[in-house]
Amino acid sequence: MPQQERVIAAPPVNPETKPFWDAAAEGRLLIKKCLACGEWHYYPRTICPFCFSDRTEWEPASGRGTIYSYSVMRRAPVPYAIAYVTLEEGVTMMTNIVDCDLDRIRIGGKVSLVFKPSDGGPPVPMFTLRA
Amino acid sequence: MTIKGKAYIAGAYEHPTRHAPDKSLAQLHAEVAKGALEDAGLGKADIDGYFCAGDAPGLGPLSMIDYMGLRVRHMDSTETGGSSYAIHVAHAAQAIAAGKCSVALITLAGRPRAEGMATGTAPRTYSAAAPDVGFEAPYAPVVANMYAMCAMRHMHQYGTTSEQLAWIKVAASHHAQHNPHALLREVVTVEDVVNSPMIADPLHRLDCCVITDGGGALIVVAPEVAKSLKRPKVKLLGAGEASKNQVGGRIDLTYSGAVWSGPRAFAEAGVVPGDIKYVSIYDSFTITVLMTLEDMGFCEKGQGGRFVADGALISGSGRLPFNTDGGGLCNNHPGNRGSMTKVIEAVRQLRGEAHPRVQVKNCDLALAHGTGGSLGTRHGSATLILERE
Ligand SMILES: [Zn+2]
Repeated sequence: MPQQERVIAAPPVNPETKPFWDAAAEGRLLIKKCLACGEWHYYPRTICPFCFSDRTEWEPASGRGTIYSYSVMRRAPVPYAIAYVTLEEGVTMMTNIVDCDLDRIRIGGKVSLVFKPSDGGPPVPMFTLRA
Repeated sequence: MTIKGKAYIAGAYEHPTRHAPDKSLAQLHAEVAKGALEDAGLGKADIDGYFCAGDAPGLGPLSMIDYMGLRVRHMDSTETGGSSYAIHVAHAAQAIAAGKCSVALITLAGRPRAEGMATGTAPRTYSAAAPDVGFEAPYAPVVANMYAMCAMRHMHQYGTTSEQLAWIKVAASHHAQHNPHALLREVVTVEDVVNSPMIADPLHRLDCCVITDGGGALIVVAPEVAKSLKRPKVKLLGAGEASKNQVGGRIDLTYSGAVWSGPRAFAEAGVVPGDIKYVSIYDSFTITVLMTLEDMGFCEKGQGGRFVADGALISGSGRLPFNTDGGGLCNNHPGNRGSMTKVIEAVRQLRGEAHPRVQVKNCDLALAHGTGGSLGTRHGSATLILERE
């Protein structure tokens, strides 16, 4: 059962994204919702990419999702699975599927949130197959 | 205002090298510029517009205009990755139509092979200020696994198979055997492709394009300049450009920006996919070709696998000859940027100057398409429709 051993690059943190990474350090995944149009979006922005309102708010995500697509990178020192996961809230985010047999990953698979340490930065949200 | 008939491609040149450890990047730009001018029958002093993209060293147009000793009254450094040069052709036509220049030079060069770049499989460093980078870089997206996720979703949603994708590489290899400059000239089979090592599920090694040094250049001119030259006339009939991305998390990997750039180009040209005799489609990976053909309306969405199978893209026997130089999959992918060589081979076909074994009969209408950036995140899409006059 191949495990995640890859060194995870630290995400750059800036004033706009600091709340996201501060929450990640506490094991919470925040996503943005627009108070003007009611839509969720990802990756998070101050100004809504749909209606351009600046009335956007951080909300905790449930942490449950479904695999939209994935690919196991075979030609890498440690094979790893990159994926797009659609959260229950409706937005789809880039991530890795970890802590599981990479050959069991399928589109439509149910996943739940885990955090993995990055190389000198905040922990990063990833997903594992739900039992 | 339209650019239809307002500009002609008078010069096209592909650098013969595929490995250039002994040349500088600026030198390659100048060598392809010289080649395209000679092809057109024009001189350096005739150039009054210059176009380049992110591959040009230093301050792009400022550095290259200085290095080559150009004197221009118009410049444009639109950077949309590998689609840049097809976009430059359209922008040059717009500038010519507006009277801003009459002889535009477009150059591309790169030496990723000399520099030992693992183009498709190693993470690249982008600016930390790119708004997406914190939400992507930790997951190690590389070129191959991003395109692979598009292929995986396409297979899931439409039943596309690895064997169908393999036919795209097979067709390219049939063409490349006739190109003495092609990096890979060996004809391969569907079995060869699907049995080649897996790079990023479901893309195999032979689903991926080559890594080469070199470059190419184009000369786009005003109609009165084209009339004065001795070369066959290749007229720009229509152009479309588009940007596709993740739409704030509403991700759909099953289509590309060609769904917008294609129809825009067809509408301007006043033709339909069925009229096209030859297509140059950026083939960074086999899946890129399949999705682009669907998105531009050569077949129904989801039917691309069936459309490309059984040799349909092989010149002489197939229904839609594509990339007759061997494309990026077999011939050349200078600087990891594909749309320049796509336009060049379309020009060869329209002039009747492709290799006789792959020359399309009565090739009077061709399409060239570039995709730049990543199909799996955000990319530029550029479509050109060209006519032999
Ligand atoms: Zn909004």
